[in-house]
Amino acid sequence: MFAWLIMPAVLFSIGVYGMLTRRNAVGILISAELAINAAAMNFVIFNRFITPVKVDGQIMSLFIIATAAAEVLIGIAIFVMLFKFRKTTDVTRMNQMKN
Amino acid sequence: MEQILNYEFILRHAWLIPAMPLLSFLLLGLFIRPLSAKLSGIVATAAVSASAVLSCVLAWGYFHSAAGSPVTLVPWSVEWLRYQAHLSASIGVLVDPISVLLMVVVTIVSFLVHLYSIGYMYGDKGYGRYFTFLNLFTFSMLGLVVAPNILQMYVCWELVGVSSFLLIGFYYEKPSAVAACKKAFIVTRFADLGFFIGVLILGFYGYKIFNEAGAAVTGQPFDFAFLTSPAFLEKFSPLESGIPGVALITLAMVLVYMGAAGKSAMFPLHIWLPDAMEGPTPVSALIHAATMVVAGVYLVARMFPVFAAAEHALTVVACVGAFTSLFAAIIGCTQDDIKRVLAFSTLSQLGYMMFSLGVATVKDSAGYTASMFHLFTHAFFKALLFLGAGSVIHAVHNNDIWKMGGLAKKMPVTHLTFLIATVSIAGIYPFAGFFSKDEILSAALNGGHPVIFGTGLLVAGLTAFYMWRIYFVTFWGKARSDGAGHAHEAPVVMLIPLVVLATLSVISGFVPFAEYVHLGPPPEHEGVNMAVAIPGTIAGVLGIAIAWFMYSSGATRAASFVKAMGSIYGHIKNKFYFDEIYLFVTKRLVFRLVAAPIAWFDRHVVDGGVNLTGWCTRTSGALLRFLQTGQVQTYGVWFVAGSMFVVLILWAMFI
Repeated sequence: MFAWLIMPAVLFSIGVYGMLTRRNAVGILISAELAINAAAMNFVIFNRFITPVKVDGQIMSLFIIATAAAEVLIGIAIFVMLFKFRKTTDVTRMNQMKN
Repeated sequence: MEQILNYEFILRHAWLIPAMPLLSFLLLGLFIRPLSAKLSGIVATAAVSASAVLSCVLAWGYFHSAAGSPVTLVPWSVEWLRYQAHLSASIGVLVDPISVLLMVVVTIVSFLVHLYSIGYMYGDKGYGRYFTFLNLFTFSMLGLVVAPNILQMYVCWELVGVSSFLLIGFYYEKPSAVAACKKAFIVTRFADLGFFIGVLILGFYGYKIFNEAGAAVTGQPFDFAFLTSPAFLEKFSPLESGIPGVALITLAMVLVYMGAAGKSAMFPLHIWLPDAMEGPTPVSALIHAATMVVAGVYLVARMFPVFAAAEHALTVVACVGAFTSLFAAIIGCTQDDIKRVLAFSTLSQLGYMMFSLGVATVKDSAGYTASMFHLFTHAFFKALLFLGAGSVIHAVHNNDIWKMGGLAKKMPVTHLTFLIATVSIAGIYPFAGFFSKDEILSAALNGGHPVIFGTGLLVAGLTAFYMWRIYFVTFWGKARSDGAGHAHEAPVVMLIPLVVLATLSVISGFVPFAEYVHLGPPPEHEGVNMAVAIPGTIAGVLGIAIAWFMYSSGATRAASFVKAMGSIYGHIKNKFYFDEIYLFVTKRLVFRLVAAPIAWFDRHVVDGGVNLTGWCTRTSGALLRFLQTGQVQTYGVWFVAGSMFVVLILWAMFI
């Protein structure tokens, strides 16, 4: 089973890396979505190898997709408000500190 | 009033004599100077006049009660710093023939200078500051004179150096005055290094010998009474110093003499005294003629038994003194600034006092008495000469004698008193200078020092020559400049001290000095020694005659003589280039080779170390600043990295 978990791990790392380095606000949300999908993939893998008879893992991944959508919606709402005040989507230019 | 002027009372309260100028100094410096200038002058003069009156009564009572064998008393002493039971420093008052003599001289001359300064410094914007410093000086000099131990004398020695520095640099806006006061202080401070090393040697061995002597001695190891006692000298004289052929006592005394030579401007530490004439003229009269410069002579006299016990120390004293007197007399013949001539004259007379001490021995102490006698008379006529010169400078507004002339009719009192002083310094009977110079020369001759006697005679002739040179050029002939043409007599407050000093210059020779001030048994007084008086008078009269010949009717004969002398005249006029030599040694050698590397080290290594810590702090702060970006993503990076690190550790621990 561990060989199968490598891919979600790689996807999750790419997602975290993207969240930490993207300058565009939407890019951060995309990366967040990627990380969440990797976690959902993990659930499916566990379902296939630990409880192959039941479908709990797959149901969980459906919940995750819905939750991710809601969360990204809220994120977009916040960024739209920020864009109204800051006139830019560059997150490095969001703070009002000097330098 | 009778009770206060009672001798017994003053003796018990002899500390009042130095304390009153000190109190006046503090009052003036803190309160009165910022308020009123005129009051400063009055308070300062009143304080010193009170000290003068007390000193005179003390002297009268002391010398009359001593009746031929004066005793040394310490009527007041307070322990000030205690290291151990037998090692403490105290301040006190010592009453002794020479200290009483100097108390009288210092207070009287200081009082007259204060009175004169009220007129001379009138209108000067530093009037209050001037009197404050004069009072500080008077206190320091009196503290030096009455010191019962060598530590108090050293402290007051430095204090008079400081007062001299402050007063020479009184006109601090003139760069020449600032340079002169720095030079005076540095030269005397350098000499005081030798003095202090000598004091340390005496103190170290004195303490050892004091403790070994046990109950036989009283007092403290630094007391003069102990240092000059046979108990100390017997044990100290045989000690060897590290240098072969030089006993420790000789080394210590030569070092102490270095301090005396610096303060009394002996060759080669004489360079500061001519430049010290940048100060106001009454300051020159008080400090650099009558009082501070005799501190060196006083030190040698105070430590005379120790000097006498050292094998060659007195020879050094005598040779340096005789050489200085000749050297300064030669240079004094060529100077044009009236105060410089008087400065070189002071150097020359100090040389007299020094070699007179140098030719004395414990058995035949005529030189000791003669030196103190000359100190006494010289203080009066030299102060008079300076104050008279000040009166002339005040009238003509110029120091150069060739810009003066014809002042005899315009300034009669100044002229007469200056004439009396010049006759006195030339050593003409019956003025005071004759008697004191006569005693010095006979001490040299009877002590078996014919070369020194010859030098003294030659210097007597030169002294008469250069003093009468400036007398003729200044007071006779026609006015040579506008200033001299418009000269008028000085105000009365400046004339009274001149008249008093002139009277003293005449009568002080008749004081039966040898009865009062002597070392050991009182000498038999033979009267005037003709073998010395006649050559001395001839030398003086010859000097006067040559000066009259050359200078009385203009200076044409003098000018042709100067031309005949050629380049030697220029060398002498430049004071034999000693100032240039000292400048060369200090600027080129000491500054470049010693001081500059040390300064570089101080600035770059020592300060650099301190700057380094600051730099480290600042740089690490600048680096850490980049952690705080205000961006959540940066914090996120650190968060992820930190959590991965913790996971790794946990994994490593539990696998």
